[in-house]
Amino acid sequence: MTTSMPPQIIAGFATIACVLVLASVAAIRWRAIRARVLTWWVLVALLGVAVLLGKTAVVILFALISFMALREYLSLAPTRREDRAVLLLAYATVPVSYGFIAADWYGITLVAIPVYVFLLLPVALVLNGRTEGYLAATGILYWGVMVTVYNVGYAALFMNVPASEAPAGGVGLLFFLLVVTSLNDVFQFLCGKVLGGPKIMPSVSPNKTWSGFLGGWVGTALVIIALSPLYTGLPVVAVAILALLLPVAGFAGDVTMSAVKRDLGVKDASKLLPGHGGVLDRIDSLTFTAPLTFHVFAYFSSARF
Amino acid sequence: MLRASLIVVLRPLLWLLFGLSVGGREHLPRQGPAIVAANHNSHVDILFLLCAFPLRAGRKVVPMGAADYFLATPLLRFVALRILGLLPLERRVRRGADPLEGSRRALEEGRILIVFPEGTRGQPEEMGELKSGLTKLARDASAPIIPVYLQGAGRILPKGARLPVPFLCTMLVAPPIHPQRDRAAMMADLSNAYGALREAAPPLHWS
Repeated sequence: MTTSMPPQIIAGFATIACVLVLASVAAIRWRAIRARVLTWWVLVALLGVAVLLGKTAVVILFALISFMALREYLSLAPTRREDRAVLLLAYATVPVSYGFIAADWYGITLVAIPVYVFLLLPVALVLNGRTEGYLAATGILYWGVMVTVYNVGYAALFMNVPASEAPAGGVGLLFFLLVVTSLNDVFQFLCGKVLGGPKIMPSVSPNKTWSGFLGGWVGTALVIIALSPLYTGLPVVAVAILALLLPVAGFAGDVTMSAVKRDLGVKDASKLLPGHGGVLDRIDSLTFTAPLTFHVFAYFSSARF
Repeated sequence: MLRASLIVVLRPLLWLLFGLSVGGREHLPRQGPAIVAANHNSHVDILFLLCAFPLRAGRKVVPMGAADYFLATPLLRFVALRILGLLPLERRVRRGADPLEGSRRALEEGRILIVFPEGTRGQPEEMGELKSGLTKLARDASAPIIPVYLQGAGRILPKGARLPVPFLCTMLVAPPIHPQRDRAAMMADLSNAYGALREAAPPLHWS
């Protein structure tokens, strides 16, 4: 560690540890959440270690998350035998894109996948000469790379924010993003469980209710308003925008991934994270909230971006 | 042992690249004699199977492979015999020779045999016809057959492919099929077990 850890990060991790201790105590009786709580411990520990080690470790951690999410997606999504080599190319976007983030090449990071990978993948797919299913293969592959590599990459991009631009530096912004996104999932789940009522999208996600969506919205908005001064230092307008949009973005990430899984005939994307499902099930909301939060910050508070 | 150290290194690597998940791990035998019968689509099958066993039971495991393939070049021969501890099986039987003699002896010594009853890797993610020599072996040694279904390995490294591509790999293990007199009944049990495992595997969209 070259610089000292901001007190907000230490306090933040301590708070999470306390919550997890309480959850672990609850899990002694409530067996259903046992695996889920244990997995949370592992995830928080991984993040904590990466944050302690610094930017490179955080970038590598998110690159691994992107790789595992992309692998899960490509294992479920329809693929053609002839496209195996192109799938390797799609995987190569992970080290390339995160390499740009590690090198702090912001402009190139922004266009690499949305423009150049977007152009390259269809060309690579046409080389094997099989036109049957070509358009579908192009769309399926590109959607996966955008969601799992590009969008998740925004979380790691926060590590390039100069320390002077946020009260707890870039790592504080990343911490804020992850906490608010996860709490939004939790609030939506809990409010839906407790309040019940009419379903919001029964054909896509049968357990989601209007009460969960609205309750999660209000709860997350309040957390955003409370934590923003400590972690983001955003002006009031920007906090209001985030409070309004982030819970909806999280919900959107959740239901779009649910629709994909339902289309492919699975409930969970894999069994990698006991109690949670797969990596895609865990990061679905983040794929929408990460770019949103980054761009709100970049527009209102950053001279660098 | 060379193989045990290889497995220790391979396990995290395979998990990282292919996220191997094992369903029904409790059915994997810890003691011999037992025959683990897996479907076969890829060279990585054998690595996944070896890595699924706990290290102690792993020492008793003997995979079987085609002699004509694995003994063909000095390098393959070294990898197969010295590292993997492969028991070569003659696919083309010479008159008067018993191709199952080695495997019979291994079972008598209390080993756990890994066999691929399709006899060849075949088309990726498709199962070929099952060879019935397996049930004879099981009956003669009164060893249970444990059916294992591997999904995904045929996409990771199909026959003829040079580079592996990361895909999730799922291994499903069925309860043991105990030896019976009626070999046809055992074959039917085996084929039903594979049917059930395939049903339980995640959906595969691969064309």
